[in-house]
Amino acid sequence: MNKKSTKSGLFSTLIGKKMLMGITGLFLITFLMVHCGINMLIFANDGGVLFNKGAEFMGTNPLIRIMEIVLFLGIIAHIVDALVLTLANKKSRSVKYAHEKPNANSKWYSRWMGLLGTLILMFLIMHLNHFWIVTRFTDHIAHSELDKLPGQETMFEEMKEIFENPLIVLLYVASMVSLAYHLLHGFQSAFQTMGWNHPKYTPAIKKTGFWFSVIISVLFAIMPIAMHLGIIK
Amino acid sequence: MKFNLKIWRQKNAQVAGKMVDYVIDNINADMSFLEMMDVLNEELIRKGDEPVAFDHDCREGICGMCSMHINGRPHGPLRGTTTCQLYMRNFTDGETIYIEPFRADAFPIIRDLAVDRSAFDRIMQVGGFISVNTGQVQDANNIPVNKADADLAMDAASCIGCGACVAACKNASASLFVSAKISQYALLPQGRIEAKERVLAMVNQMDDEGFGSCTNTGACEAECPKGISLTNIARMNREYYSASIS
Repeated sequence: MNKKSTKSGLFSTLIGKKMLMGITGLFLITFLMVHCGINMLIFANDGGVLFNKGAEFMGTNPLIRIMEIVLFLGIIAHIVDALVLTLANKKSRSVKYAHEKPNANSKWYSRWMGLLGTLILMFLIMHLNHFWIVTRFTDHIAHSELDKLPGQETMFEEMKEIFENPLIVLLYVASMVSLAYHLLHGFQSAFQTMGWNHPKYTPAIKKTGFWFSVIISVLFAIMPIAMHLGIIK
Repeated sequence: MKFNLKIWRQKNAQVAGKMVDYVIDNINADMSFLEMMDVLNEELIRKGDEPVAFDHDCREGICGMCSMHINGRPHGPLRGTTTCQLYMRNFTDGETIYIEPFRADAFPIIRDLAVDRSAFDRIMQVGGFISVNTGQVQDANNIPVNKADADLAMDAASCIGCGACVAACKNASASLFVSAKISQYALLPQGRIEAKERVLAMVNQMDDEGFGSCTNTGACEAECPKGISLTNIARMNREYYSASIS
Protein backbone atom coordinates (compact mmCIF):
# COMPACT_ATOMS: atom_id res chain seq x y z
CA MET A 1 0.00 0.00 0.00
CA ASN A 2 2.30 2.71 -1.19
CA LYS A 3 -0.17 5.19 -2.61
CA LYS A 4 -0.45 8.17 -0.30
CA SER A 5 -3.93 9.53 0.15
CA THR A 6 -4.49 12.65 -1.89
CA LYS A 7 -6.26 14.66 0.80
CA SER A 8 -5.36 15.22 4.39
CA GLY A 9 -7.33 16.36 7.38
CA LEU A 10 -10.34 14.76 8.96
CA PHE A 11 -12.91 17.11 7.42
CA SER A 12 -11.54 16.99 3.88
CA THR A 13 -13.58 13.89 3.02
CA LEU A 14 -17.33 13.42 2.94
CA ILE A 15 -17.11 11.02 5.90
CA GLY A 16 -15.30 13.71 7.88
CA LYS A 17 -17.97 16.23 6.96
CA LYS A 18 -20.61 13.75 8.04
CA MET A 19 -18.85 13.47 11.38
CA LEU A 20 -19.27 17.22 11.81
CA MET A 21 -22.99 16.78 11.03
CA GLY A 22 -23.21 14.10 13.70
CA ILE A 23 -21.32 16.03 16.39
CA THR A 24 -23.24 19.26 15.82
CA GLY A 25 -26.51 17.34 15.64
CA LEU A 26 -25.89 15.64 18.97
CA PHE A 27 -24.85 18.98 20.46
CA LEU A 28 -28.09 20.56 19.26
CA ILE A 29 -29.98 17.66 20.85
CA THR A 30 -28.40 18.50 24.22
CA PHE A 31 -29.50 22.10 23.68
CA LEU A 32 -33.08 20.93 23.07
CA MET A 33 -33.02 19.10 26.39
CA VAL A 34 -31.86 22.18 28.29
CA HIS A 35 -34.32 24.45 26.46
CA CYS A 36 -37.22 22.08 27.08
CA GLY A 37 -36.23 21.63 30.71
CA ILE A 38 -36.24 25.37 31.41
CA ASN A 39 -39.48 25.91 29.51
CA MET A 40 -41.19 23.20 31.50
CA LEU A 41 -41.01 25.50 34.50
CA ILE A 42 -44.17 27.12 33.10
CA PHE A 43 -46.01 23.97 34.13
CA ALA A 44 -45.46 25.00 37.76
CA ASN A 45 -48.46 27.20 36.91
CA ASP A 46 -47.38 29.84 39.42
CA GLY A 47 -47.94 32.85 37.18
CA GLY A 48 -44.49 32.39 35.68
CA VAL A 49 -42.46 33.09 38.85
CA LEU A 50 -40.33 29.97 38.55
CA PHE A 51 -40.08 30.26 34.78
CA ASN A 52 -38.92 33.88 34.97
CA LYS A 53 -36.23 32.82 37.44
CA GLY A 54 -35.10 30.17 34.98
CA ALA A 55 -35.12 32.69 32.13
CA GLU A 56 -33.08 35.13 34.21
CA PHE A 57 -30.52 32.44 35.00
CA MET A 58 -30.21 31.52 31.32
CA GLY A 59 -29.89 35.18 30.37
CA THR A 60 -27.29 36.16 32.93
CA ASN A 61 -25.15 33.13 33.79
CA PRO A 62 -21.72 33.68 32.15
CA LEU A 63 -21.28 30.00 31.27
CA ILE A 64 -24.67 29.93 29.55
CA ARG A 65 -23.80 33.15 27.72
CA ILE A 66 -20.65 31.52 26.36
CA MET A 67 -22.61 28.41 25.43
CA GLU A 68 -25.05 30.65 23.59
CA ILE A 69 -22.24 31.63 21.21
CA VAL A 70 -21.17 28.00 20.88
CA LEU A 71 -24.79 27.12 20.15
CA PHE A 72 -25.02 29.62 17.31
CA LEU A 73 -21.74 28.34 15.90
CA GLY A 74 -23.11 24.80 16.17
CA ILE A 75 -26.28 25.69 14.29
CA ILE A 76 -24.36 27.52 11.58
CA ALA A 77 -21.89 24.63 11.21
CA HIS A 78 -24.78 22.14 11.01
CA ILE A 79 -26.44 24.19 8.25
CA VAL A 80 -23.34 25.02 6.21
CA ASP A 81 -22.09 21.43 6.43
CA ALA A 82 -25.50 20.17 5.34
CA LEU A 83 -25.43 22.47 2.31
CA VAL A 84 -21.92 21.36 1.32
CA LEU A 85 -22.87 17.68 1.64
CA THR A 86 -26.18 18.12 -0.17
CA LEU A 87 -24.48 19.83 -3.11
CA ALA A 88 -21.93 16.99 -3.34
CA ASN A 89 -24.72 14.43 -3.14
CA LYS A 90 -26.77 16.15 -5.82
CA LYS A 91 -23.76 16.14 -8.15
CA SER A 92 -23.33 12.38 -7.81
CA ARG A 93 -26.37 11.53 -9.95
CA SER A 94 -27.01 14.03 -12.73
CA VAL A 95 -29.40 11.80 -14.74
CA LYS A 96 -32.33 10.80 -12.55
CA TYR A 97 -34.24 7.54 -12.68
CA ALA A 98 -37.40 7.59 -14.78
CA HIS A 99 -39.11 5.30 -12.31
CA GLU A 100 -38.26 5.05 -8.62
CA LYS A 101 -39.71 3.30 -5.59
CA PRO A 102 -37.86 4.95 -2.74
CA ASN A 103 -40.42 3.92 -0.13
CA ALA A 104 -39.58 0.29 -0.81
CA ASN A 105 -36.21 0.63 0.85
CA SER A 106 -36.13 3.71 3.08
CA LYS A 107 -38.24 5.98 5.27
CA TRP A 108 -39.42 9.24 3.70
CA TYR A 109 -38.11 11.36 6.58
CA SER A 110 -34.62 9.89 6.23
CA ARG A 111 -34.59 11.18 2.64
CA TRP A 112 -36.14 14.58 3.40
CA MET A 113 -33.83 15.70 6.20
CA GLY A 114 -32.85 18.79 4.22
CA LEU A 115 -36.45 19.89 3.78
CA LEU A 116 -37.31 19.16 7.42
CA GLY A 117 -34.20 21.06 8.46
CA THR A 118 -35.18 24.04 6.32
CA LEU A 119 -38.63 24.09 7.92
CA ILE A 120 -36.97 24.04 11.34
CA LEU A 121 -34.66 26.89 10.27
CA MET A 122 -37.67 28.96 9.16
CA PHE A 123 -39.26 28.26 12.52
CA LEU A 124 -36.02 29.24 14.27
CA ILE A 125 -35.96 32.62 12.55
CA MET A 126 -39.54 33.28 13.65
CA HIS A 127 -38.86 31.94 17.14
CA LEU A 128 -35.69 34.01 17.65
CA ASN A 129 -37.62 37.01 16.48
CA HIS A 130 -40.32 36.33 19.06
CA PHE A 131 -38.10 35.90 22.09
CA TRP A 132 -34.33 36.02 21.72
CA ILE A 133 -34.07 39.30 19.82
CA VAL A 134 -36.50 40.99 22.21
CA THR A 135 -34.41 39.90 25.21
CA ARG A 136 -30.99 40.63 23.77
CA PHE A 137 -31.50 43.74 21.71
CA THR A 138 -34.33 45.62 23.39
CA ASP A 139 -35.01 46.50 27.02
CA HIS A 140 -38.56 45.25 26.76
CA ILE A 141 -38.01 42.21 28.96
CA ALA A 142 -37.67 42.53 32.74
CA HIS A 143 -35.95 39.81 34.75
CA SER A 144 -38.80 39.46 37.22
CA GLU A 145 -42.11 40.94 38.27
CA LEU A 146 -40.29 42.97 40.97
CA ASP A 147 -37.80 44.90 38.85
CA LYS A 148 -40.26 45.52 36.05
CA LEU A 149 -40.10 49.09 34.73
CA PRO A 150 -43.11 50.77 33.12
CA GLY A 151 -43.74 49.31 29.66
CA GLN A 152 -41.66 46.22 30.40
CA GLU A 153 -42.83 42.65 30.49
CA THR A 154 -41.46 39.48 32.00
CA MET A 155 -40.48 36.60 29.72
CA PHE A 156 -43.59 34.75 30.86
CA GLU A 157 -45.87 37.65 29.94
CA GLU A 158 -44.14 37.97 26.57
CA MET A 159 -44.86 34.26 25.95
CA LYS A 160 -48.53 34.64 26.89
CA GLU A 161 -48.84 37.60 24.55
CA ILE A 162 -47.19 35.86 21.57
CA PHE A 163 -49.30 32.74 21.98
CA GLU A 164 -52.57 34.66 22.01
CA ASN A 165 -52.37 34.47 18.22
CA PRO A 166 -53.76 31.06 17.10
CA LEU A 167 -51.86 31.22 13.80
CA ILE A 168 -48.55 31.45 15.67
CA VAL A 169 -49.58 28.54 17.90
CA LEU A 170 -50.37 26.53 14.78
CA LEU A 171 -46.99 27.40 13.21
CA TYR A 172 -45.19 26.38 16.40
CA VAL A 173 -47.01 23.06 16.60
CA ALA A 174 -46.45 22.31 12.89
CA SER A 175 -42.76 23.11 13.31
CA MET A 176 -42.56 20.64 16.17
CA VAL A 177 -43.85 17.96 13.79
CA SER A 178 -40.91 18.79 11.49
CA LEU A 179 -38.60 18.64 14.48
CA ALA A 180 -39.98 15.26 15.51
CA TYR A 181 -39.33 13.72 12.10
CA HIS A 182 -35.93 15.41 11.79
CA LEU A 183 -34.93 13.91 15.13
CA LEU A 184 -36.50 10.55 14.37
CA HIS A 185 -33.88 10.05 11.69
CA GLY A 186 -31.19 12.35 13.04
CA PHE A 187 -30.82 10.98 16.55
CA GLN A 188 -29.93 7.40 15.60
CA SER A 189 -28.23 8.49 12.37
CA ALA A 190 -25.77 10.64 14.32
CA PHE A 191 -24.70 7.64 16.35
CA GLN A 192 -24.28 5.53 13.20
CA THR A 193 -22.24 8.27 11.51
CA MET A 194 -20.00 8.58 14.55
CA GLY A 195 -19.36 4.87 14.21
CA TRP A 196 -21.18 4.05 17.42
CA ASN A 197 -22.94 0.98 16.16
CA HIS A 198 -22.86 -2.07 18.38
CA PRO A 199 -25.18 -5.08 18.49
CA LYS A 200 -25.56 -4.61 22.23
CA TYR A 201 -26.32 -0.89 22.32
CA THR A 202 -27.74 0.10 18.91
CA PRO A 203 -31.27 -1.24 19.56
CA ALA A 204 -31.36 0.84 22.76
CA ILE A 205 -30.05 3.91 20.93
CA LYS A 206 -32.77 3.54 18.30
CA LYS A 207 -35.47 3.14 20.94
CA THR A 208 -34.16 6.12 22.90
CA GLY A 209 -34.02 8.16 19.70
CA PHE A 210 -37.63 7.35 18.89
CA TRP A 211 -38.97 8.24 22.32
CA PHE A 212 -36.74 11.30 22.62
CA SER A 213 -38.04 12.64 19.29
CA VAL A 214 -41.65 12.06 20.21
CA ILE A 215 -41.49 13.27 23.82
CA ILE A 216 -39.44 16.42 23.27
CA SER A 217 -41.56 17.53 20.31
CA VAL A 218 -44.82 16.85 22.13
CA LEU A 219 -43.59 18.74 25.21
CA PHE A 220 -42.55 21.72 23.10
CA ALA A 221 -45.86 21.65 21.20
CA ILE A 222 -47.95 21.49 24.37
CA MET A 223 -46.46 24.75 25.69
CA PRO A 224 -47.94 27.22 23.16
CA ILE A 225 -51.22 25.26 23.14
CA ALA A 226 -51.54 25.34 26.93
CA MET A 227 -50.70 29.04 27.01
CA HIS A 228 -53.15 29.83 24.25
CA LEU A 229 -55.97 27.93 25.93
CA GLY A 230 -55.21 29.62 29.25
CA ILE A 231 -54.46 26.33 31.00
CA ILE A 232 -51.25 27.97 32.17
CA LYS A 233 -52.00 31.23 33.91
CA MET B 1 -46.72 -14.20 -20.09
CA LYS B 2 -46.87 -10.82 -21.76
CA PHE B 3 -45.04 -7.69 -20.63
CA ASN B 4 -44.82 -4.05 -21.59
CA LEU B 5 -41.19 -3.11 -21.25
CA LYS B 6 -39.88 0.41 -20.91
CA ILE B 7 -36.15 0.18 -21.45
CA TRP B 8 -33.46 2.83 -21.29
CA ARG B 9 -31.64 3.03 -24.62
CA GLN B 10 -28.44 5.03 -24.88
CA LYS B 11 -25.72 4.64 -27.52
CA ASN B 12 -22.84 5.68 -25.27
CA ALA B 13 -21.88 8.01 -22.42
CA GLN B 14 -21.61 10.98 -24.77
CA VAL B 15 -25.13 11.05 -26.15
CA ALA B 16 -28.39 11.37 -24.22
CA GLY B 17 -30.59 8.32 -23.84
CA LYS B 18 -34.31 7.78 -23.54
CA MET B 19 -36.89 5.25 -22.44
CA VAL B 20 -38.16 3.09 -25.31
CA ASP B 21 -41.30 0.90 -25.20
CA TYR B 22 -41.26 -2.76 -26.19
CA VAL B 23 -43.95 -5.43 -25.97
CA ILE B 24 -42.84 -8.99 -25.36
CA ASP B 25 -45.09 -12.05 -25.44
CA ASN B 26 -44.91 -15.82 -24.84
CA ILE B 27 -42.55 -15.50 -21.92
CA ASN B 28 -42.28 -18.59 -19.73
CA ALA B 29 -42.89 -17.80 -16.05
CA ASP B 30 -39.82 -19.82 -15.09
CA MET B 31 -37.45 -17.84 -17.27
CA SER B 32 -34.98 -15.68 -15.42
CA PHE B 33 -35.13 -11.94 -16.00
CA LEU B 34 -31.95 -12.13 -18.06
CA GLU B 35 -33.42 -14.93 -20.19
CA MET B 36 -36.40 -12.70 -20.88
CA MET B 37 -33.90 -10.02 -21.99
CA ASP B 38 -32.19 -12.63 -24.20
CA VAL B 39 -35.53 -13.44 -25.86
CA LEU B 40 -36.17 -9.73 -26.43
CA ASN B 41 -32.72 -9.32 -27.97
CA GLU B 42 -33.28 -12.32 -30.28
CA GLU B 43 -36.45 -10.65 -31.50
CA LEU B 44 -34.70 -7.31 -31.96
CA ILE B 45 -31.86 -8.93 -33.91
CA ARG B 46 -34.36 -10.81 -36.14
CA LYS B 47 -36.06 -7.50 -36.87
CA GLY B 48 -32.73 -5.94 -37.69
CA ASP B 49 -32.75 -3.67 -34.61
CA GLU B 50 -29.91 -3.12 -32.18
CA PRO B 51 -30.12 -5.53 -29.22
CA VAL B 52 -30.24 -4.07 -25.70
CA ALA B 53 -26.81 -4.12 -24.08
CA PHE B 54 -26.83 -5.41 -20.49
CA ASP B 55 -24.23 -6.88 -18.16
CA HIS B 56 -24.28 -10.52 -17.11
CA ASP B 57 -21.81 -13.28 -16.47
CA CYS B 58 -22.22 -16.18 -14.05
CA ARG B 59 -26.03 -16.07 -13.87
CA GLU B 60 -25.92 -17.74 -10.47
CA GLY B 61 -25.83 -14.69 -8.24
CA ILE B 62 -22.17 -14.63 -7.29
CA CYS B 63 -20.21 -12.67 -9.87
CA GLY B 64 -21.75 -9.24 -9.30
CA MET B 65 -21.90 -8.50 -13.00
CA CYS B 66 -25.64 -8.22 -13.60
CA SER B 67 -27.23 -4.95 -12.65
CA MET B 68 -30.33 -3.11 -13.94
CA HIS B 69 -32.78 -0.94 -12.03
CA ILE B 70 -36.06 -2.83 -12.44
CA ASN B 71 -39.37 -1.23 -11.59
CA GLY B 72 -37.69 1.41 -9.50
CA ARG B 73 -35.35 -0.88 -7.59
CA PRO B 74 -31.85 -2.25 -8.21
CA HIS B 75 -32.00 -5.96 -9.10
CA GLY B 76 -35.80 -5.77 -9.10
CA PRO B 77 -38.52 -6.26 -6.52
CA LEU B 78 -37.14 -9.18 -4.49
CA ARG B 79 -34.88 -8.77 -1.48
CA GLY B 80 -31.50 -10.49 -1.40
CA THR B 81 -31.66 -11.36 -5.09
CA THR B 82 -29.52 -10.45 -8.08
CA THR B 83 -31.20 -9.75 -11.43
CA CYS B 84 -29.99 -13.10 -12.80
CA GLN B 85 -31.84 -14.93 -10.04
CA LEU B 86 -35.03 -12.98 -10.51
CA TYR B 87 -37.70 -14.95 -12.35
CA MET B 88 -40.58 -13.80 -14.48
CA ARG B 89 -43.01 -15.53 -12.11
CA ASN B 90 -42.20 -12.67 -9.73
CA PHE B 91 -44.07 -10.35 -12.09
CA THR B 92 -47.73 -10.37 -13.08
CA ASP B 93 -48.92 -11.08 -16.60
CA GLY B 94 -49.38 -7.89 -18.58
CA GLU B 95 -47.28 -5.84 -16.15
CA THR B 96 -45.34 -2.79 -17.28
CA ILE B 97 -41.69 -3.19 -16.33
CA TYR B 98 -39.30 -0.24 -16.21
CA ILE B 99 -35.71 -1.26 -16.91
CA GLU B 100 -32.98 1.30 -16.35
CA PRO B 101 -29.23 1.22 -15.80
CA PHE B 102 -27.70 1.75 -12.34
CA ARG B 103 -27.52 5.52 -12.27
CA ALA B 104 -24.55 7.36 -10.78
CA ASP B 105 -22.10 9.77 -12.32
CA ALA B 106 -19.35 7.52 -10.99
CA PHE B 107 -20.85 4.70 -13.10
CA PRO B 108 -20.85 6.15 -16.63
CA ILE B 109 -23.09 4.35 -19.10
CA ILE B 110 -21.26 2.23 -21.64
CA ARG B 111 -24.37 1.43 -23.64
CA ASP B 112 -28.05 0.97 -22.76
CA LEU B 113 -28.14 -0.87 -19.43
CA ALA B 114 -24.42 -1.61 -19.18
CA VAL B 115 -22.53 0.74 -16.88
CA ASP B 116 -18.82 1.10 -16.19
CA ARG B 117 -18.23 0.13 -12.58
CA SER B 118 -14.44 0.34 -12.71
CA ALA B 119 -14.62 3.09 -10.06
CA PHE B 120 -15.00 0.15 -7.65
CA ASP B 121 -11.87 -1.47 -9.09
CA ARG B 122 -9.89 1.72 -8.58
CA ILE B 123 -11.06 1.90 -4.96
CA MET B 124 -9.89 -1.69 -4.49
CA GLN B 125 -6.56 -0.93 -6.15
CA VAL B 126 -5.63 1.71 -3.58
CA GLY B 127 -6.14 -0.55 -0.57
CA GLY B 128 -8.47 -3.48 -1.01
CA PHE B 129 -5.82 -6.10 -0.38
CA ILE B 130 -3.21 -7.25 2.12
CA SER B 131 0.48 -7.24 1.28
CA VAL B 132 1.85 -10.73 1.75
CA ASN B 133 5.38 -11.68 0.81
CA THR B 134 5.31 -14.97 -0.98
CA GLY B 135 7.26 -17.86 0.43
CA GLN B 136 6.45 -21.12 2.10
CA VAL B 137 2.78 -21.83 2.61
CA GLN B 138 1.88 -21.01 6.20
CA ASP B 139 -0.16 -23.24 8.40
CA ALA B 140 -3.78 -22.11 8.07
CA ASN B 141 -4.23 -21.74 11.79
CA ASN B 142 -0.94 -20.00 12.52
CA ILE B 143 -2.69 -16.77 13.44
CA PRO B 144 -5.63 -17.35 15.77
CA VAL B 145 -8.80 -15.52 14.72
CA ASN B 146 -11.76 -14.95 16.97
CA LYS B 147 -14.73 -16.88 15.57
CA ALA B 148 -17.17 -13.97 15.90
CA ASP B 149 -14.76 -11.67 14.03
CA ALA B 150 -14.15 -14.31 11.38
CA ASP B 151 -17.91 -14.58 10.82
CA LEU B 152 -18.32 -10.81 10.52
CA ALA B 153 -15.37 -10.62 8.12
CA MET B 154 -16.91 -13.41 6.05
CA ASP B 155 -20.27 -11.59 6.00
CA ALA B 156 -18.55 -8.43 4.79
CA ALA B 157 -16.56 -10.40 2.21
CA SER B 158 -19.77 -11.74 0.68
CA CYS B 159 -20.13 -8.37 -1.09
CA ILE B 160 -20.00 -9.12 -4.81
CA GLY B 161 -19.35 -5.49 -5.79
CA CYS B 162 -22.40 -5.23 -8.04
CA GLY B 163 -23.09 -1.59 -7.18
CA ALA B 164 -26.74 -2.00 -6.17
CA CYS B 165 -25.94 0.03 -3.04
CA VAL B 166 -24.86 2.97 -5.19
CA ALA B 167 -27.88 2.53 -7.47
CA ALA B 168 -30.32 2.47 -4.53
CA CYS B 169 -28.79 5.38 -2.60
CA LYS B 170 -30.37 8.77 -3.16
CA ASN B 171 -26.85 10.21 -2.94
CA ALA B 172 -25.26 7.52 -5.12
CA SER B 173 -22.97 6.79 -2.19
CA ALA B 174 -20.58 3.84 -2.34
CA SER B 175 -20.35 3.64 1.45
CA LEU B 176 -21.80 0.13 1.76
CA PHE B 177 -19.41 -1.35 -0.80
CA VAL B 178 -16.31 0.44 0.49
CA SER B 179 -17.18 -0.29 4.12
CA ALA B 180 -17.67 -3.99 3.38
CA LYS B 181 -14.27 -4.15 1.73
CA ILE B 182 -12.62 -2.21 4.56
CA SER B 183 -14.36 -4.36 7.17
CA GLN B 184 -13.40 -7.71 5.71
CA TYR B 185 -9.75 -6.80 6.32
CA ALA B 186 -10.11 -4.63 9.42
CA LEU B 187 -11.73 -7.48 11.34
CA LEU B 188 -8.85 -9.89 10.79
CA PRO B 189 -5.35 -9.74 12.27
CA GLN B 190 -3.79 -10.05 8.80
CA GLY B 191 -5.67 -6.93 7.72
CA ARG B 192 -4.91 -4.84 10.82
CA ILE B 193 -1.30 -4.27 9.74
CA GLU B 194 -2.27 -1.92 6.91
CA ALA B 195 -5.66 -0.89 8.30
CA LYS B 196 -4.85 2.78 8.72
CA GLU B 197 -3.35 3.35 5.26
CA ARG B 198 -6.13 1.27 3.74
CA VAL B 199 -9.06 3.21 5.14
CA LEU B 200 -7.51 6.59 4.33
CA ALA B 201 -6.68 5.58 0.76
CA MET B 202 -10.01 3.90 0.02
CA VAL B 203 -12.15 6.67 1.55
CA ASN B 204 -10.23 9.31 -0.40
CA GLN B 205 -10.56 7.33 -3.61
CA MET B 206 -14.31 6.90 -3.00
CA ASP B 207 -14.64 10.70 -2.84
CA ASP B 208 -12.39 11.21 -5.87
CA GLU B 209 -14.63 8.92 -7.93
CA GLY B 210 -17.55 11.25 -7.27
CA PHE B 211 -19.77 9.10 -5.08
CA GLY B 212 -22.04 10.96 -2.65
CA SER B 213 -22.04 10.77 1.13
CA CYS B 214 -23.96 8.40 3.38
CA THR B 215 -27.10 9.84 4.96
CA ASN B 216 -28.03 6.56 6.66
CA THR B 217 -31.32 6.08 4.85
CA GLY B 218 -30.61 2.35 4.81
CA ALA B 219 -31.69 1.93 1.16
CA CYS B 220 -28.39 0.20 0.30
CA GLU B 221 -28.76 -2.45 3.00
CA ALA B 222 -32.37 -3.07 1.95
CA GLU B 223 -31.43 -3.53 -1.71
CA CYS B 224 -28.11 -5.36 -1.28
CA PRO B 225 -28.44 -8.81 -2.88
CA LYS B 226 -25.97 -10.15 -0.34
CA GLY B 227 -27.49 -8.51 2.75
CA ILE B 228 -24.39 -6.49 3.64
CA SER B 229 -25.10 -4.72 6.93
CA LEU B 230 -25.01 -0.99 7.70
CA THR B 231 -22.84 -1.84 10.70
CA ASN B 232 -19.97 -2.02 8.21
CA ILE B 233 -20.44 1.68 7.42
CA ALA B 234 -20.19 2.52 11.12
CA ARG B 235 -17.01 0.43 11.27
CA MET B 236 -15.56 2.24 8.24
CA ASN B 237 -16.33 5.60 9.88
CA ARG B 238 -14.69 4.50 13.14
CA GLU B 239 -11.64 3.25 11.26
CA TYR B 240 -11.48 6.45 9.26
CA TYR B 241 -11.76 8.82 12.23
CA SER B 242 -9.15 6.99 14.27
CA ALA B 243 -6.82 6.72 11.26
CA SER B 244 -7.10 10.40 10.42
CA ILE B 245 -6.50 11.73 13.92
CA SER B 246 -3.63 9.37 14.77
